[in-house]
Amino acid sequence: MANTLTINGEQKSFDAPADMPLLWVLRDILGMTGTKFGCGIAQCGACTVHIDGKPVRSCMLPVGAVRDRAVTTIEGVGATPVGAKVQKAWLDLEVIQCGYCQSGQIMSAAALLATTPNPDDSDIDAAMAGNICRCGTYVRIRAAIKQAASGRQS
Amino acid sequence: MANGQMRSEVSRRDLLTGGLAGGFLLAFHFPVRAANEPVQPPDDTAGKFAPNAFIRIDRAGATTLVMPQVEMGQGVYTSISMILAEELDADFAKVTLEHAPPSDKLYGNPLFGIQATGNSNSVRAWWKPLRTAGASARAMLVQAAAQQWQVEPASCTTANSEVMHTESGRKLSYGELVDAASAQTPPKDVPLKDPKNFGLIGKPLKRLDTPDKVNGKAVYGIDAMLPDMKFATLKACPVFGGKVAKVDDSAARKVPGVQKVVVLDDLVAVVGDHMWAAKKGLDALVIDWDEGPNARVSSKEIWDDLRAASEKDGAVAKSAGDIAKGLAIGDKLEASYELPFLAHATMEPINATVHVTPDSCEIWTGTQVMTRVQSEAAKAAGLPVEKVIVNNHLLGGGFGRKLEADMVVAAVRVAKQVDGPVKMVWTREEDIQHDVYRPVYRDTIAATLSGGKIVGWKYRVSGSSVMARWFPPGFQKGVDIDGVDSAIDMPYDIPNFHVEFVRAEPPAVPTGFWRGVGPNNNVFAIECFMDELARKAGKDPVEFRRSMLGNQPRFLAALNLAAEKSGWGQPLPARVGRGVCVQPSFGSFIATVVEAEVNEQGEVKLRRVTSAVDTGIAVNPDTITAQLEGGLIFGLTAALYGEITIDKGRVQQSNFNDYRMLRIDQAPKIEVHIIKSGEAPGGIGETGATAGPPALRNAIYAATGVALRRLPIDRSLIAAGRKS
Repeated sequence: MANTLTINGEQKSFDAPADMPLLWVLRDILGMTGTKFGCGIAQCGACTVHIDGKPVRSCMLPVGAVRDRAVTTIEGVGATPVGAKVQKAWLDLEVIQCGYCQSGQIMSAAALLATTPNPDDSDIDAAMAGNICRCGTYVRIRAAIKQAASGRQS
Repeated sequence: MANGQMRSEVSRRDLLTGGLAGGFLLAFHFPVRAANEPVQPPDDTAGKFAPNAFIRIDRAGATTLVMPQVEMGQGVYTSISMILAEELDADFAKVTLEHAPPSDKLYGNPLFGIQATGNSNSVRAWWKPLRTAGASARAMLVQAAAQQWQVEPASCTTANSEVMHTESGRKLSYGELVDAASAQTPPKDVPLKDPKNFGLIGKPLKRLDTPDKVNGKAVYGIDAMLPDMKFATLKACPVFGGKVAKVDDSAARKVPGVQKVVVLDDLVAVVGDHMWAAKKGLDALVIDWDEGPNARVSSKEIWDDLRAASEKDGAVAKSAGDIAKGLAIGDKLEASYELPFLAHATMEPINATVHVTPDSCEIWTGTQVMTRVQSEAAKAAGLPVEKVIVNNHLLGGGFGRKLEADMVVAAVRVAKQVDGPVKMVWTREEDIQHDVYRPVYRDTIAATLSGGKIVGWKYRVSGSSVMARWFPPGFQKGVDIDGVDSAIDMPYDIPNFHVEFVRAEPPAVPTGFWRGVGPNNNVFAIECFMDELARKAGKDPVEFRRSMLGNQPRFLAALNLAAEKSGWGQPLPARVGRGVCVQPSFGSFIATVVEAEVNEQGEVKLRRVTSAVDTGIAVNPDTITAQLEGGLIFGLTAALYGEITIDKGRVQQSNFNDYRMLRIDQAPKIEVHIIKSGEAPGGIGETGATAGPPALRNAIYAATGVALRRLPIDRSLIAAGRKS
């Protein structure tokens, strides 16, 4: 069926069944491959996007359920002030190793900072525990969130 | 990547001549790339200074470095670029990177002889050859400038991609020297820099691969997008070695977007317009399997077999002194340790995109073994190897999984039945259930103590020989060189010493390399037993180790620093313990202290980890730190949760819900202390994975007195308070 979504502020039209997860619409139909497939059952967070600013696992979100809500992906999050701060902190502290999970990590961190500008450790744990990093970059993710929150330079 | 220039594909090249220090790389180029990959300048050496397989400089001075090792998160693209650029005196801010094409001749890892990335040896293997490649190119540029100026080459200096004649103040950029340098003869014995003059090596430089990893632009194998591409996913027989008996695909064919069902002897794939159609189609298949001879294999049988095998004598890997005499004196202690099967679970599930035509096969994937993928794909496609093009990509984790070519072979077999390119992606469930697993191991140790020191040590490791399959020269006279790594070279001074290997292949379950490889198993058993011996000797675990490291100053320094920085010996609350691990792996000297809290139910909380590492010259110190941080989490994850079990010939775990990963809310604080050294670089990528489990187990031992001898950690044993 024909669909239109607002993704990163742009209208995108495509054909997809309503039960198709947003992840596969982004990756396989729209060619927006920054959002990653990790588990397919909302266990790892690699596919995290924002729906109206809230972090959502796109691997289990039927595209038909998105309707007129705004979708933000890793390709667009840098256009928001908080997204740009998170990306910068990620590079300043050299968080990333293989990087495959980091789209999801950055989306979860940006959503956290948008609602909780000065998160403490337990806020970070609660917001980020759904995102697995197999390279084990957790120590730096925590530090980078704190840096992005304070605006401190490394 | 940096400057948007890193190639995410490589081109077809017919290499006429080439080599590390001599010959010029002449190449043909047919740009073929995935549609979503950045537009690249043609990869053509015409008009470029291309003194060897690794360096290209064009007339505008743009410097491209070709990466013989693959980037899977370990930071090697940056380290290797630093080594090349150091001796070349290139402007590091302006280098761009390219994945190497398949060629054992040009890009074969000097320690393996084939083009493979693994065993923590990228920097170790390439240290000298790449410094020489950079220095040789630099010398040719200097010769070219000196000729033009009619001065002695020795009166010229280089920096930031320029040659300078100090006396006259004249300068020529490397770009201006491309044609003249190309006409020079490569020098024979080119001097390398004195390390005290290094300008890049030793600095914590920013990684070149990370900027595109924060904005979704980095392209992994799974991200390849090609015009008219189809998408596939598959189900292999859940029982290892089983076959397809019958498939009813009538419902699958009705799923909108399903294009084709491909039935092979051991797997069924559904091809569709997108992954979702393929996945729904796959779920709608009714498959009868011929489960074959492995349908009754279980973990119990595997462990019974391994325990029986481990009671027999093995092939002797090393023997020193008189082991019979050594074991006859003093107080004797014996123990055995057991480690489970583990899956790799790279965050990027295994995948390959393949386009097969009657006379060609092109592959887009991320692999640790470029040439092996090429040759295995050629066999599967029924084509000569030169008809197979491999476009390598960034890897979303490797950990040894991508030292195998099975995913590419399966994708080629499916792609042979599909018109046009097809991307085959494994679901996480298929990825976990059809891995090549870290083997189960059993290690038995007998040792004797006299005067507070070890006088006899007999160690036998029993398990699969991965080398016998993967690299047969690594399995000789019954000994797997990886299987005994860190056991034959344990650091402690022991007069009577004997190590054996028993090859015991598990039925049905395929085994492979897993981050940390052989040392993971051996260091776990050795370091756990060291703590049990220390307790028997009535000594502090750090003091006990120190007393046998008198001839090992680098280990001793690492141990002393880890002890100091971790607060070893300072009081701790009840049920909190510190555990230590000393490891000789991959040419690095590492000591680690884990501090953990254990509650009455046996639940473990990781409080703090402190590692001290002497890895020789630290090419990029921040990468060393990051690799230890991440490796520790990798190993601690396995220690706390990792186990693949088998029932009815199939893997019982399927996804991250039952094959658990450590998450940020459980991650400890980690401190890494790098010891300055002028020695040649050691390896680092695997080492943290090895350090975590024994140090954690010893912390639990210190906190509770419970001597665990199996992984993963059994909370019920801790809760029961069973003492050794």
